[in-house]
Amino acid sequence: MQLSVWTYEGPPHVGAMRVATAMEGMHYVLHAPQGDTYADLLFTMIERRGKRPPVTYTTFQARDLGKDTAQLFQDAARHALERFEPQALLVGASCTAELIQDDPAGLAEAMRLPVPVVPLELPSYQRKECWGASETFYQIVRTLADRDITPRGDSVALANILGPTALGFRHRDDVREVRAILETLGIEVNLVAPLGASPADIARIGAADFNVVLYPETGDEAARWLERTFHQPAIRTVPIGIGATEEFIRGVAALAGVDPEPALADDQSRMPWWSRSVDSTYLTGKRVFIFGDATHAVAAARIAHEELGFEVCGLGCYNREFARDVRAAAQQYGVDPLITDDHLEVEEAIAAAQPELVLGTQMERHIAKRLGLPCAVISSPVHVQDFPARHSPQMGFEGANVIFDTWVHPLVMGLEEHLLTMFRDDFEFSDDAGASHLHAHAPKRTLAQPIALEPVMGGSLWTDEAEAELKKIPFFVRGKARRNTELFAANEGRAQIDLETLYDAKAHYAR
Amino acid sequence: MSGVGILEAPGADCAPVLRERGQREVFCGLTGIVWLHRKVQDAFFLVVGSRTCAHLLQSAAGVMIFAEPRFATAIIEERDLAGMADCHEELDRVVDRLLARRPEIRTLFLVGSCPSEVIKLDLSKAAERLGTKHAGRTRILNYSGSGIETTFTEGEDACLASLVPEMPVAASGEGPSLLLVGSLPDIVEDQFLRLFAELGIENIGCLPARAVADLPAVGTNTRILLAQPFLGETLSALTGRGAVHLPAPFPFGAEGTTGWLKAAADAFGLDDMQFNRVIAPGRERAKRALERQRERLDGKRISFLPDSQLEIPLARFLATECGMVPVEVGTPYLHRSILADELPQLPRGTRISEGQDVDKQLDRVRADQPDLTVCGLGLANPLEAEGLSTKWAIELVFSPIHGFDQAGDLAELFARPLRRRDVLQV
Ligand code: SF4
Repeated sequence: MQLSVWTYEGPPHVGAMRVATAMEGMHYVLHAPQGDTYADLLFTMIERRGKRPPVTYTTFQARDLGKDTAQLFQDAARHALERFEPQALLVGASCTAELIQDDPAGLAEAMRLPVPVVPLELPSYQRKECWGASETFYQIVRTLADRDITPRGDSVALANILGPTALGFRHRDDVREVRAILETLGIEVNLVAPLGASPADIARIGAADFNVVLYPETGDEAARWLERTFHQPAIRTVPIGIGATEEFIRGVAALAGVDPEPALADDQSRMPWWSRSVDSTYLTGKRVFIFGDATHAVAAARIAHEELGFEVCGLGCYNREFARDVRAAAQQYGVDPLITDDHLEVEEAIAAAQPELVLGTQMERHIAKRLGLPCAVISSPVHVQDFPARHSPQMGFEGANVIFDTWVHPLVMGLEEHLLTMFRDDFEFSDDAGASHLHAHAPKRTLAQPIALEPVMGGSLWTDEAEAELKKIPFFVRGKARRNTELFAANEGRAQIDLETLYDAKAHYAR
Repeated sequence: MSGVGILEAPGADCAPVLRERGQREVFCGLTGIVWLHRKVQDAFFLVVGSRTCAHLLQSAAGVMIFAEPRFATAIIEERDLAGMADCHEELDRVVDRLLARRPEIRTLFLVGSCPSEVIKLDLSKAAERLGTKHAGRTRILNYSGSGIETTFTEGEDACLASLVPEMPVAASGEGPSLLLVGSLPDIVEDQFLRLFAELGIENIGCLPARAVADLPAVGTNTRILLAQPFLGETLSALTGRGAVHLPAPFPFGAEGTTGWLKAAADAFGLDDMQFNRVIAPGRERAKRALERQRERLDGKRISFLPDSQLEIPLARFLATECGMVPVEVGTPYLHRSILADELPQLPRGTRISEGQDVDKQLDRVRADQPDLTVCGLGLANPLEAEGLSTKWAIELVFSPIHGFDQAGDLAELFARPLRRRDVLQV
């Protein structure tokens, strides 16, 4: 048994729901008790979908156990077919149904249904959401792909875009960016899947010349099968960040035998200049802690290191299946990889690393808020505010623009940082004013007095003089200065924090 | 999945009831933890379940309370099921670790789930064993919030019922005492306690108490006033200990609250003059507040999908005090005796349904085209997208809605979606 408060991933059948909900003409009959219907709200509330997920839950109850749960399942499947007329049916069990061993696959087969049935075996007590999505997509492709439809081999290359799902972090917008890149290169898109694909579309997945795996977490298993079955090569560079986007374009162009230049020359790519411009100097060496799914975390680390000049002071992921990528990246940046799905461990690591910026999921956003640290969201799981109305991709050059804005925004702007330091006694720049652009979001309290960072020693240990000196330090680094000084004093066994201790600590922590 | 639509013959108390059996779109009883852990401040809720259970709690709680909350899930893993690890030993280990990290926990609820029930993990045995082990420090109780046994608010019912055996015995010589049953936001509870004090009822307790350590006593002189309609099991556990139920309407709106208070006043032999004097100011305030909302609600048609069992009392309030017209009032479970003062007040022709076959029910909503549909979070946006205004049922469980001083707010919860529909031009 594992003690858990908040989880990064739901159970594997939620992953299957992300695939089913992304598709058209697909329906999922899930053998599950009534409470499991909560999963609908992930899609209708968090992602604001205007349609119910295409899922029929059997909602068996205690009194059905040992009697007619199998019958319930078959009735549910029959009703779902009649009512929703899907082109294909997914059938499977949630954690509870797995225990009663009704065998949805066998039950569905015995019914000789008029549509293809994709049986799902998702071991709920071993696996989690990302794996469930990946396995579901793989099973769909394997079951529905028409083996007679093989790569077109036309002079105009044809590609599949694989991986985007419902409830994915910016999947909708990433797909638009990647489609635009392919279009600029003169490459046609055979299909995008699972997002927006129907079972009929999946049938002709073999027609493409190659696959673009946008999200390895959900798409790679299927891509490997396609590689074996149709000899479709796959592009696995995830185009998040300038460098990765350029590599992606070159890779795709090489596969398609086209000139990469038209796509590389995108004049909407502003991020490199924004990063070079002098105002960004202050970004240099900012310590950033990164945690998320492996793909987004690794991409973020590269951007932070190569494209913004940050220092990566922590890197990790919650999905063990892809831990290898994170380990390799962590080694490159000289940090210990943090592979865990225990948010308390992540919180400890963040507190210990004392970053100046946290890039993470909604969990890290909350952790950062408690620690009084600026934060930007880079990966699922995310909450409703991370599904913006506007186009807001992570991929491609526009994605890099968006990333620059979202990561830099929580920090105090460079020019402003100087002004605040120079004119700190001027009322316009007083601490109460905070950073001008952060007013609505960050009450001064969160920045100045991190709630969760309890003083290591009682506040009374500060002499008045040292306390006054501390106040002269700009508010956005004051919390850190206070904590460092107190840690230092505690380690040194100093009973009092006076001016000298303050400056000794400053020297001690100076990088 | 068959919707057996049996139309019962009209009973003495109300219209026929449409019974349905099919796909249900409701939370399980675990969800109650989301508000119970806020209410009972010295308790911790440990769900023994699956990753699904943990995910449900997290999704239902949303971002409201992302601190280290007083609940968690012991997630059963493959090795527990394969017999590689003994479930009871594992649970002991998890509990020991938890109590070591959170020494302030005075009461620990082991909460059963579908998986723990299907594998027949006996949590009452576990609670007994762990209770002995941690005796003197932490009391260990258990109840089931599983989806195969409980629907949404029934989780609170199961939790409170598990507290009843823990309540001290009221001394037999003592005079009558009043017991308010059902968790209310503290602010509302305090309002009621002040009112009862003014009425002269001093000997009064609440279940749940804000701390399990302060559980009120119960005995034959205890009179029970239910603050929530979904507490059937708790009620029978209490009557099993000799307490007497005071039948009453539920304290929603000016009239509902008056009737509810009156039930207690009568049982305690207070005279009408004093009663009226004490409640008049609150009652007047409630009426004034309702006056404003009534304009918007009057004549509007409303349907309830089954959710919290609050549906019947709320429909009564909206019909009798706000002029709304209930079309269909769905409830997961119709507890007739508890609702005996409510059902007769529903307008003739109200379609009452019990249980659910969600697709058929949505068909009826589409055919009825009510002005407002009260439903769960999974259904709200899809209905809005079809042009139907909705109100999330879960807000009614989390918000202060009982009593005189919340009557206006309660009506406003229903008026807001309608007002919004009117102002939006996009
Ligand atoms: S319905 Fe059962 S399995 Fe699902 S969340 Fe509720 S208790 Fe857990």
